[in-house]
Amino acid sequence: MATYHDYDAVIVGAGGAGLRAALEAGQRVKTAVITKLYPTRSHTGAAQGGMCAALANVEDDSWEWHAFDTVKGSDFLADQDAVDIMCKEAVDAVIDLERMGLPFNRTDEGRIDQRRFGGHTRNHGEAPVRRACYAADRTGHMILQTLYQQCNKAGVEFFSEFFILDLVLSDDGACSGVICYEISTGQIHVFRAKSVLFATGGYGKMFKITSNAHTLTGDGPGILYRKGLPLEDMEFFQFHPTGLYRLGILLSEAARGEGGILRNADGERFMERYAPTIKDLAPRDMVSRAEFFEIREGRGAGPNKDYILLDLTHLDPEVIEKKLPDITEFARTYLDVEPLTEGVPIVPTAHYAMGGIPTNVEAAVLRNERGDVVPGLYAAGECACVSVHGANRLGTNSLLDIVVFGRRGGLAMAEYASTAPKPDVPEDVHEETEKWLAGLFEGGGPENPANIRARLQETLMANASVVRTDESLGEALDDVTALRKEYAQARVRDRSKVFNTDLTEYLELGFLLDMAEALVVSARARTESRGGHYREDHQLREDEHWLKHTFITRDNDGQTKLAYKDVVMGRYVPVERKY
Amino acid sequence: MADTAARDDSDTQVESHEIDVELKIMRFNPETDEKPHFESYTVRADPTERLLDCLHKVKWYRDSSLALRRSCAHGICGSDAMLINGENALACKVLVKDLDQPITIEPIRGLPVIRDLVVDMEPFFAGYLAVKPWLITDDKERMPDRERIQSPDDRERFDDTTKCILCAACTTSCPIFWADEGYVGPAAIVNAHRFIFDSRDRGARERLEILSMKSGAYKCRTVFNCTTACPRGIKVTRAIQEVKQAALFRSL
Repeated sequence: MATYHDYDAVIVGAGGAGLRAALEAGQRVKTAVITKLYPTRSHTGAAQGGMCAALANVEDDSWEWHAFDTVKGSDFLADQDAVDIMCKEAVDAVIDLERMGLPFNRTDEGRIDQRRFGGHTRNHGEAPVRRACYAADRTGHMILQTLYQQCNKAGVEFFSEFFILDLVLSDDGACSGVICYEISTGQIHVFRAKSVLFATGGYGKMFKITSNAHTLTGDGPGILYRKGLPLEDMEFFQFHPTGLYRLGILLSEAARGEGGILRNADGERFMERYAPTIKDLAPRDMVSRAEFFEIREGRGAGPNKDYILLDLTHLDPEVIEKKLPDITEFARTYLDVEPLTEGVPIVPTAHYAMGGIPTNVEAAVLRNERGDVVPGLYAAGECACVSVHGANRLGTNSLLDIVVFGRRGGLAMAEYASTAPKPDVPEDVHEETEKWLAGLFEGGGPENPANIRARLQETLMANASVVRTDESLGEALDDVTALRKEYAQARVRDRSKVFNTDLTEYLELGFLLDMAEALVVSARARTESRGGHYREDHQLREDEHWLKHTFITRDNDGQTKLAYKDVVMGRYVPVERKY
Repeated sequence: MADTAARDDSDTQVESHEIDVELKIMRFNPETDEKPHFESYTVRADPTERLLDCLHKVKWYRDSSLALRRSCAHGICGSDAMLINGENALACKVLVKDLDQPITIEPIRGLPVIRDLVVDMEPFFAGYLAVKPWLITDDKERMPDRERIQSPDDRERFDDTTKCILCAACTTSCPIFWADEGYVGPAAIVNAHRFIFDSRDRGARERLEILSMKSGAYKCRTVFNCTTACPRGIKVTRAIQEVKQAALFRSL
C-alpha cells in the first residue's frame, strides 16, 4: 500500500538550499518539500560565522577579488564560470536575505556589518578583507529561520519527517518522482513530480570526529550513486581546524576573524611558519594540516599532546560575548573551559564535502563527465558539486552557495516543470521498494549496525582524513568493503511501524558506506596533493595530470569506475598557493 | 597507515573515569502498550558525556527500539528537548555530571506522545504559525537594490528573541499551556516579539491583535518555567511581558 501524490516540483531536504529553492519554485508551480527532519532542525542552522559578499560596506572590495580568493582557495579546481556567478550574485543574495528580514549585525551607519574570514583578501591576496556579513555567530541559524519564515508566508507545503527511499526515473532516463517513507506511520508515499531537486546536505558522519549532525549521511548522493549516476570530486573533504577536542563541535573561524590565535604546546603561534602573510586566517585545509603536523611532531598541547589551543584571552571580553557568544558557550558547556582566561582545546574536525552530485550552473544534475543532464533532476547545496569550492572551500562560501544555487535550482526546476509533460509513473512503482524494505527486517545475521558505523568512522578518520597515503587508503578501502558485506547481513531489529529510527539509522548507514567507498576510491586514484586532499606520498599539486574533476560511478556488478572532466578555467591561471 | 591528528580518545580513555549511569526512561509504543511505563537501563559513561550520548548507548547497544529525535547534538537544532529529572532541557546540552541519578527521562509535556520520547510537534508549530512569524513590510518602502538601514541599537532591541530554535522546551514547561489547548504558548510569543520589536517590521498591530485574544499573551501568569527551560538563555518571560505591555499601550 502506498499513497500517491502529484506535484510539479518536489524538493528533498529543507536546509538553506532546499528552502531557497522552494521559495522560487513555490511561487511558480505546485511544489512540495520533503524532509526527514522538521525544516528548522536542518544543519544550515549550525553555521556560525557569516556569508561573504563584496558589499564594500566597511572597506573597498569587489566581487572579482572574492572570485579570485575562491578560486585560489579551491586550489584552482573550482570551475571559474560557476565561481563568477556565485561571487557576482552574492551581493544580491545578501540584500535579498536582509529584505526577507534576516537580522544582520549593523555598522554604526546602519548598514550590514562585515568581518574578516579565512582566505578572503583584498586585491588578490594583499591582506585580509572584511567581507563576511554576519548575525553574531549564528548566521546559519538566522538564514534557516528567515527562509523558513518566508516559506511559511508563501504557503510552501512541507512533508516533515519523510525519509527518501528512492528516485523514480522513467524509461527515457528523465526524473519522474521520488519514493518516501513517512517516519511516524511507516507508510510509503510516492511523489510523482516533473522535477525533483536534491538538497540533502553533507555526509560527514562517516568520520569519527565531525562537526556534522547525526543525520548528515549522504542520502541524496547515495540514492543517485546506486542508480549508476556519477558523483564528482568525492576525495575532497574539508577538515575544519577548530573542532572542540574529542567532540568535533565547531568553533567558528569567526573566532580567528575576530583575532583569535592558534598556539601549540609551547605557546607558539605556529601559523606564522605555515602562512606568513595571513597566518591564522589561512584557508582551512592549510591550517588543519599545520595542526596535524604540530601534533605529530610532538608539539600538541595537553597531557597526551594531542590537541591545539585556540587562544582568545587577549580579545576584549565584550567582543567575545557580543560577537562569539555561542562558541564561547560551547567551550564552557562541553569542555568546562573559560575562553576569556584560557586556551580552548581544538582539533581538526570533518566538516564539509566539496564533492557530491555533479551539476551545471543551473543546478541540473549531470549524468556523465561530458555534461549531459538528467532531465528534470536538480541538486544544490552541500550534496551538490557545481563546482564552486574545488578542492577546498573558503569559509562562508557554503552559506553563499546554498542561497545562490538554491535559488537558481528553484527557478530552473520550475521552468522545466512548467513545460514538461505529466510524468508517466505506474501505480505499482512502489512495490519493489516495499519488498526491499520488508526484506530489511527478515533473516540476516547478528551484526549490529552501530558497530559497523563505529568501525567505519574509525577507519575513515585514521586512514582517509587530513593526511592520506596509498597504503592508508588501501586499508580504508579494505575496511569499507568488508563493512559493506557485514551491512548486507545486518538487519533492522525494531519491527514497529511507528517512528522507527532503528530503520532510518540503518538506511543512513547504508548511504554512509556508499559515500565512504566513493571517497576512498576517488582519493586513492588521485596521486597528487590539492586542497583538502593531501597525499603524503605525492605531496605536490600536479596540474599537468590532475587539473580535472573526478567522476565516480558504480555499475550493477558493484564495480567502481572513474572518469574525469576538465576544469572550466577563466581569468586565473594556477600558481603556487601561498598565504 | 597515516597517523592522524584527531586520534582523540584512544589515549585519553586510559585516564577517563567511566561510571555507571542509571537511566529511567519513559517508554510507550502505541502498537503494543496501553499506557506509558518506565524502564531502567544502566550504561557506562564518562561524567563529562552528554545525556544524549547515554541515550545513544541504550539505543545502539541495549534496546534499538528506543525512539527519540536528535540531530546536531550540540544544542542548535532543537530536536531533543525532553523532561530530564523533572525539568525541560536538551539531552545534548546536559552533561551526566550535572544530573542526579537515577536520571529520569520523559517526553516533553502537553503534546501527544507518538512513541517513547517523541511527541507530536504539529500543535506546537500551529501555535507558532498563528502569530505570523515572518517580516511584514509595506510594499511602498521597497528599494530592492540596497539593504534597509537599521541602527545597531534597533538591531539589539530584539536580539534575544532571534536565538529561538523552536525546540518547545519553554512551551511544554508552561502549566498554562498544559491546561489550555488554545494558548499559543511562550515560543510563539517569543517569535512574535522577534518581529514586533524589529524596526523594519510593520505587522505589530496584526500580531498584537492576535496576541490580545484569549489564546494570547494575557494567559501568561509569569510562572517563569519557560525562562528556566530555554536552552538558548532567552529571557522568555520578559519577552512575554514586553509583548503584553505593547498590546496594552499599542505604542512602539
